[in-house]
Amino acid sequence: MQKKVIVFFGRRRNWSIPYALFLFVFVVVPLALIVVYAFTGEDGGFTIGNFRKFIMHAEAVNILIYSIGVAMITTILCLLLGYPAAYLLSRLESRRASLLVMLFILPMWINFLIRTLATVALFGFLRLPLGEGALLFGMVYNFLPFMIYPIYNILQKTDPNLIEAAQDLGATPAQVFFRTILPLSVPGISSGIIMVFMPVISTFAIAELLTINNIKLFGTTLQENIYNGMWNYGAALSLVMLVLIMLTSLLNKDSSAKAAEEGGLI
Amino acid sequence: MQEKSDHSIITVEHVSHAFGDKTVLQDINLSIAKGEFVTILGPSGCGKTTLMRLIGGFLKASEGKITIAGSDMTLTPPHLRPVNTVFQRYALFPHLNVYHNIAFGLKLKKIPEDEIRKRVQQVLKIVTMTDYEERDVDTLSGGQQQRVAIARAIVNEPEVLLLDEPLAALDLKMRKDMQMEIKAMHKKLGISFIYVTHDQEEALTLSDTVVVMREGVIQQIGTPAQIYNEPINSFVADFIGESNILNGTMIEDCLVEFAGHRFECVDKGFGANEPVDVVIRPEDIYVFEKLDAAQFSGQITSSIFKGVHYEMMVTTPEGFEIMVQDYNCFEAGETVGMRVKPSDIQVMKKERLCNTFMGTIVDESHVRFLGNTFECSDTLGLENGTEVKVKVDFRNIVLYDNEEEGMLRGVVSFILYKGDHYHLTVLTEENEDIFLDTHDIWDDGDRVGVSILPESIQIENE
Repeated sequence: MQKKVIVFFGRRRNWSIPYALFLFVFVVVPLALIVVYAFTGEDGGFTIGNFRKFIMHAEAVNILIYSIGVAMITTILCLLLGYPAAYLLSRLESRRASLLVMLFILPMWINFLIRTLATVALFGFLRLPLGEGALLFGMVYNFLPFMIYPIYNILQKTDPNLIEAAQDLGATPAQVFFRTILPLSVPGISSGIIMVFMPVISTFAIAELLTINNIKLFGTTLQENIYNGMWNYGAALSLVMLVLIMLTSLLNKDSSAKAAEEGGLI
Repeated sequence: MQEKSDHSIITVEHVSHAFGDKTVLQDINLSIAKGEFVTILGPSGCGKTTLMRLIGGFLKASEGKITIAGSDMTLTPPHLRPVNTVFQRYALFPHLNVYHNIAFGLKLKKIPEDEIRKRVQQVLKIVTMTDYEERDVDTLSGGQQQRVAIARAIVNEPEVLLLDEPLAALDLKMRKDMQMEIKAMHKKLGISFIYVTHDQEEALTLSDTVVVMREGVIQQIGTPAQIYNEPINSFVADFIGESNILNGTMIEDCLVEFAGHRFECVDKGFGANEPVDVVIRPEDIYVFEKLDAAQFSGQITSSIFKGVHYEMMVTTPEGFEIMVQDYNCFEAGETVGMRVKPSDIQVMKKERLCNTFMGTIVDESHVRFLGNTFECSDTLGLENGTEVKVKVDFRNIVLYDNEEEGMLRGVVSFILYKGDHYHLTVLTEENEDIFLDTHDIWDDGDRVGVSILPESIQIENE
């Protein structure tokens, strides 16, 4: 008996059992429940009524489209702000760079709710109105590090010889950037996009706090329905969002696989 | 090779370069002719790569002037220079396939697409890589990547091709093949090649001209035969091929004494009884059994078969160890006679006969130099603070294993075997060279303590 126990724990494969159990109970089962609930009506029978309700419900659809818009704008702003920052960081000598990268990453150590509450306080102090502008500011502020880090990671690993080779072949500084540095950093960019775009769609707390609940994002609608006991409709909305997120990651499939391979992802 | 001529495509004049306060190149003067194959040769850290990067434009010279194709390009950025580089680790663009890697430079020049295609195909043929156009560069072997790197450079039809240790990453067999291909390519293209390497054999095989460098200074510029047969100093002789380097004395014109014997030679113009360095290549010494025809004799101490010849160490009764290469084998223990032709004895002026330092008198029995105060037996009654020249003989400097035991600390930076002793260069912490003779065996890079005996310090008034 004792010997059997030893053999059981000796197999490395078996070490993953606790996590596999966790994964099953808290990820696979809930996902299955979402699918089941989404296709279940008030009476408990199979229906696609929940989805029909969503499509017919103009406000919900508008909120979804608006959320995608907010996510896209946030992603673009993060990219525009994050790329130059990552580029400059990657050019620094390593000791100074690691200190600065640390400063960029530091906010991520604080819970984002606390950060967002602080932002609200800051806007109040500066007498700036809360609303759409504040929402975008909060989103960018929260997700910028997720854009900077993977891009920095890729750029910093780029062989400086490649840049010299491009110069040697006649590339001006601008051509060096657009023909070598930028294409080489694509894996970092796409992993940054994934890490910003996907969470922004489903974030509701930032919207709630920074717009005093005036602007609703898709995450807010979802949360409200579940909160009010509309389990089946809420599950259908969740499923819509899951499919959407899956589609974005499929679009990025090639480059994100490569990015993961090259360590672009955190 | 040094005079400026209309044929030179690159001239480097009085170029010096420093990283921070560390000088890596000192007053480099070099002229490279159109179509010439020049190799810059030297041990690692001699400044050869820095020189190449200055020519390529990746570094700006601290001092001096670099002219390429007739115009001053000292400060020109790399993309405006008519030179192309083959980098040591190839530096192929991983996001582009073979075709687009090679077409990179042509596209920047806005050359029409069909001409680009034609030229890419042409260079692929030169480097024997036809049909590889669509391949991902990651899927190529080292040798193939090397060929693509060369193709990417030569497709731009540069005036000069720079090659930075291009074969260093390849295995021996591949390296030999690529050497031949590079030589053939040079012939076919007719442009100048500047080739940087630390491999002396590669340098001798490939080049029209070899530039030997050491510690940022050019030691000798010459054809491979000149460098091999008439090395200018003991460093070049030791670095290029195997050699016996011995201390000698020039008795008179065409007569030199070394290893306890007098030999006829062909060198002239030295002072009577001037101390010199003598170089004899091991293959230039004839070994045979008959002792009466010999100029000098010795006993074989070791004999190793090297494929084509045997490499034997011979110890003479005078205590000199000499390396000999011959097709005939003599067993260890045999006594042999040896002869050297007068023309195979290369006599070189000694770079220095003793150490010379600048110093100041501290008091009647102390002098300060090399950042330290030394006791010395005679200060010539000079006043305190007088600037003097301090001379120290090679033989009276003592090295210690334990750095703390000496008056100075340093690192052994160069070792030359002189047949019966070693001539060492020790780089002190103050960045000064100390030269000394010793019978003990030290290794390159050993950290040592250095002491100088009071009676061996000689002072000369400026």
